[in-house]
Amino acid sequence: MSNFRIAGKGRVNRSRQLRFSFDGVDYTGYEGDTLASALLANGVHLVGRSFKYHRPRGILTAGSEEPNALVGSNRGNGRFEPNTRATVLEVFEGLKTESQNRWPSLTRDIGAVNDALYMLFSAGFYYKTFMWPKSFWDKVYEPVIRNAAGLGKAPTAPDPDSYASRFAHCDVLVVGGGAAGLAAALEAGRSGASVILCDEQSEIGGSLLAEPTAEINGQLAWDWLEDTNAALAAMPNVTVLPRTTAIGYYHQNFVGLCQRLTDHLRIVPDGAPRERMWKVRAKQVVLAQGAIEKPLVFAGNDRPGVMLAGAARTYLNRYGVKVGNWVVAVTSHDSAWHAAFDLAKAGVEVAAIVDVRGTVPTQLVAAADALRIRTLIGWTVTGTKGRLRVSSVRVNPVGPGGKVGGAETIACDTLLMSGGWTPSIHLFSHTQGSLTWNEDGQMFLPGRGKEECRLAGAGKGRFGLKAAFEDGAAAGSAAAADAGFAAQPAAYHVEGELSFTGVTGHELPTDRDPGHAKAFVDFQNDVMAKDIRLAVREGFKSIEHIKRYTTNGMATDQGKLSNINGLAVASDALKRPIPAVGLTTFRPPYTPTSFGTFAGYNKGALFEVTRKTPIDGWAEENGAVYEPVSLWRRAWYFPQVGEDMHAAVARECKAVRTSVGMFDASTLGKIEIVGPDAAEFMNRMYTNAWTKLAPGRCRYGLLLGEDGFIRDDGVIGRLAQDRFHVTTTTGGAARVLGMMEDYLQTEWPDLKVWLTSTTEQWSVIALQGPNARKLIEPFVEGIDLSEGAFPHMAVATGKICGVPTRLFRVSFTGELGFEINVPARYGRAVWEKLFEAGQRFGITPYGTETMHVLRAEKGYIIVGQDTDGTLTPDDAGLSWAVGKTKPDFVGKRSLSRPDMLAANRKQLVGLLTSDPKTVLEEGAQIVLDPNQPVPMDMVGHVTSSYWSAELGRSIAFAVIQGGRSLQGKTVHVPMPDKVHSATITGMVFVDPENTRLSA
Amino acid sequence: MLLIRCPYCEAERPEVEFTYAGEAHIARPADPSALSDDEWRDFLFIRTNPRGRHFERWRHMHGCGRFFNAVRDTVTDKFSMTYKAGAPRPSDEEIALASSATADSAASVKDARP
Repeated sequence: MSNFRIAGKGRVNRSRQLRFSFDGVDYTGYEGDTLASALLANGVHLVGRSFKYHRPRGILTAGSEEPNALVGSNRGNGRFEPNTRATVLEVFEGLKTESQNRWPSLTRDIGAVNDALYMLFSAGFYYKTFMWPKSFWDKVYEPVIRNAAGLGKAPTAPDPDSYASRFAHCDVLVVGGGAAGLAAALEAGRSGASVILCDEQSEIGGSLLAEPTAEINGQLAWDWLEDTNAALAAMPNVTVLPRTTAIGYYHQNFVGLCQRLTDHLRIVPDGAPRERMWKVRAKQVVLAQGAIEKPLVFAGNDRPGVMLAGAARTYLNRYGVKVGNWVVAVTSHDSAWHAAFDLAKAGVEVAAIVDVRGTVPTQLVAAADALRIRTLIGWTVTGTKGRLRVSSVRVNPVGPGGKVGGAETIACDTLLMSGGWTPSIHLFSHTQGSLTWNEDGQMFLPGRGKEECRLAGAGKGRFGLKAAFEDGAAAGSAAAADAGFAAQPAAYHVEGELSFTGVTGHELPTDRDPGHAKAFVDFQNDVMAKDIRLAVREGFKSIEHIKRYTTNGMATDQGKLSNINGLAVASDALKRPIPAVGLTTFRPPYTPTSFGTFAGYNKGALFEVTRKTPIDGWAEENGAVYEPVSLWRRAWYFPQVGEDMHAAVARECKAVRTSVGMFDASTLGKIEIVGPDAAEFMNRMYTNAWTKLAPGRCRYGLLLGEDGFIRDDGVIGRLAQDRFHVTTTTGGAARVLGMMEDYLQTEWPDLKVWLTSTTEQWSVIALQGPNARKLIEPFVEGIDLSEGAFPHMAVATGKICGVPTRLFRVSFTGELGFEINVPARYGRAVWEKLFEAGQRFGITPYGTETMHVLRAEKGYIIVGQDTDGTLTPDDAGLSWAVGKTKPDFVGKRSLSRPDMLAANRKQLVGLLTSDPKTVLEEGAQIVLDPNQPVPMDMVGHVTSSYWSAELGRSIAFAVIQGGRSLQGKTVHVPMPDKVHSATITGMVFVDPENTRLSA
Repeated sequence: MLLIRCPYCEAERPEVEFTYAGEAHIARPADPSALSDDEWRDFLFIRTNPRGRHFERWRHMHGCGRFFNAVRDTVTDKFSMTYKAGAPRPSDEEIALASSATADSAASVKDARP
């Protein structure tokens, strides 16, 4: 195996050799390597296949912007991640990685046939090629395309890792730990401001990590870096976060940081979170994100072995890895010359430097001559060869007037390219800061900001080390000053500064047909320059449309490499200047971020709270099956051995109708309404009249929205002149209290009323059935339970089982019933006492399903099930609950709006199926004519539907247009098995005379 | 996530503590029955939905629980000021004054030009 590691170069720890594997082959690397640098050190460039054409692809960059080198990484114990960027993944002992999007192997990939068929897959191909026949789309085209395209495979097992999150506040947040960011953090730190400095890399230092020979204030760069890191570490007011990416910049300097904690570790400590989301609120932000090198656009610019010049320089100087043995550089920018020089000095054969510019700085040519490097000034690159690795490059002189001359072929195993540098303005763009086009630099620069934010260094076009240091220092001290700390920016002296001129924004000239050139703009989404030209020819003018039609810049790298080149190609094709074509919007996250980081602690049992009543534990011990009701879990039914739900519910219903059942109603919303104006407040909120309701009596209350539609209902007890005990639906409690608060605070602040949520203060035990009174009588003190003294809809306070109670004589079943409210802490004890005493009556605990059946048999509605926010009291058959003589209440005026009085409104009715055994599906649509062709006229739908053991048949409620006037008529209910017929009836199926209520 | 100043707590708190409650200064008519159908429709449903300055209600739901009013720009999402429920709609001058006071206290918007 070839070794491309160069002795004496780089920062990796040569004393810590590590073994890892890629596609089943074992390799070695060193501590400090990324997967990319370690593979390159072993001579491996080919690491993946491209998204659409399955073209062999290599490592293009040395940073998080990498579009090609995406691998599956297996960190053991179920920790598999697809699409990990090899340029970011740190190597550790035992790391297993694999290439993606290839079959059967990376070197022999069947899918590469797409590359030969590339004319089929041009921009918008899926809109054109696979149009016909229509039925083929679902069954043939889409599955085939989905199978062939794409990147890594999603893991199938749950993520075994945990994730953390925290809030943080600081005076100055510095994003980016390169020259500018370090200078800014130093100034802000020295001023005494609290500072957070984050950088996405494993080491702080940015481009300084690849600049060992520069001298800063008389110190070699790495010595300066070491001292600076030590100085920052010694400041208690400074927090330095490596491996931490600022992923999003939100309003008012709220910045999300994703800190990677364990991905680089061979052994993950038990319970250690994998990543941590920092939610930072900073008084001031300094963005020092640096710049990203641009590829050049020419045919064959995507072969393995073609890489960015700056990346090659980083691999050499930071990791001690030469990227090849025979190198050609093609560039429009000085920086590739310096990469070529560094490689030549390290013993690499540099066959040529091809510069597309007509003139280059003379000192560069002199330096090349001194290193005996051939220079081709004013030449272009028109093609490359090599199936799995570049083997030669085709170069041509460009004459006056742009005429491309005869080609020459130069052998090479690596081709470096540089098309200049793009400032990283992503986070600034998140703030909706404006951008200005810089024609000289062919780049967008930050314009006017909208947040308390500064940019510094290459990230705002200030290239070069001295400029970065001084700009960073200025930004850091100014940010500290704005945060209230005095700071004076230090001066920096830099030796060994590299020249940094040159730009290009255009596809390189060629002597061949550019319509056939495989000149890639977006490497990750396989978008070529000709695709963008095709989009323009087909009429797309806006860059936002061109982007979506060609998918340029829409891959997971968000166009970090491709946006500006794509824009330049579009601008040339449209013959409009770049700023007139515009730039697409960058959005968070800056780099791909795991879902786990966003979820943080909010998963599993912590995803959402489960509310449990004080009696919940008893239900669990007694075999309850639960159902969720808003955030509560409620006992659904209590199956006995051998019973299914149907049998259990039938038994529970029978017990209530014949003896006594008990039900945990603690989840009912409860609001205590107190004050001298309590009755007036009730009059205004609810439809009913409350003034004459005597203390000790209850009334069914109906609450509307101002639009006249039913919002909530519940039984309300008047405990005293100035005190009401309001109950609401289980799911509506918070909403009702919020609505009441709104009216009380903002419409009627003059009313002397206080509202208190008491839902969780009371345990509520419903005892229902003809034996209910007999059961509780011996346990009640201070309340005369006789029919005359304590009739249906009475309420009183007293004691039960020795503890205080608010006892309600109410029924949601149609049977004689009580709802026993006791302070929550006594709930379970009272429940158990009554259950024990009830054994002589065969007392039966029942759940929400039985409650639903019993109330439906009796014609009681459930708001939210039988109503859907479009039913008026009249629609629901509840006109009797509306106090028509009251001058006003919430929603009253709406009840006389013309639409509310229309004859054909949907009204709630009962339904009895022709076949008594058929239980209709809730939600099933209702039609009048079953033979009408589809689409049929749907006149309503089923809202509630049950098997009634009491009646030995099914029952249902439905809303039907003009339903009440259709009593006795037959309607039809199409269901998957067949169309069922049913008769419209009244809603009360059991005991319409209410004799049982007063038993 | 926005920072919102609760005029009752007299403190800035993160947006997650608050809930939005619709347009402000739409008082419920004292006698709804005196309104025509069209007038009542306008009260129920018709809102200004401006591009720019919006007077709106918020509630410090997970704090003091109070409803209050705010002036927010619907384009920039920036709050100019918040004030107590029942207080009159602030004038342009009052809003400008409140905005500049906010800007002064936290330093003015940076010119990030290179």
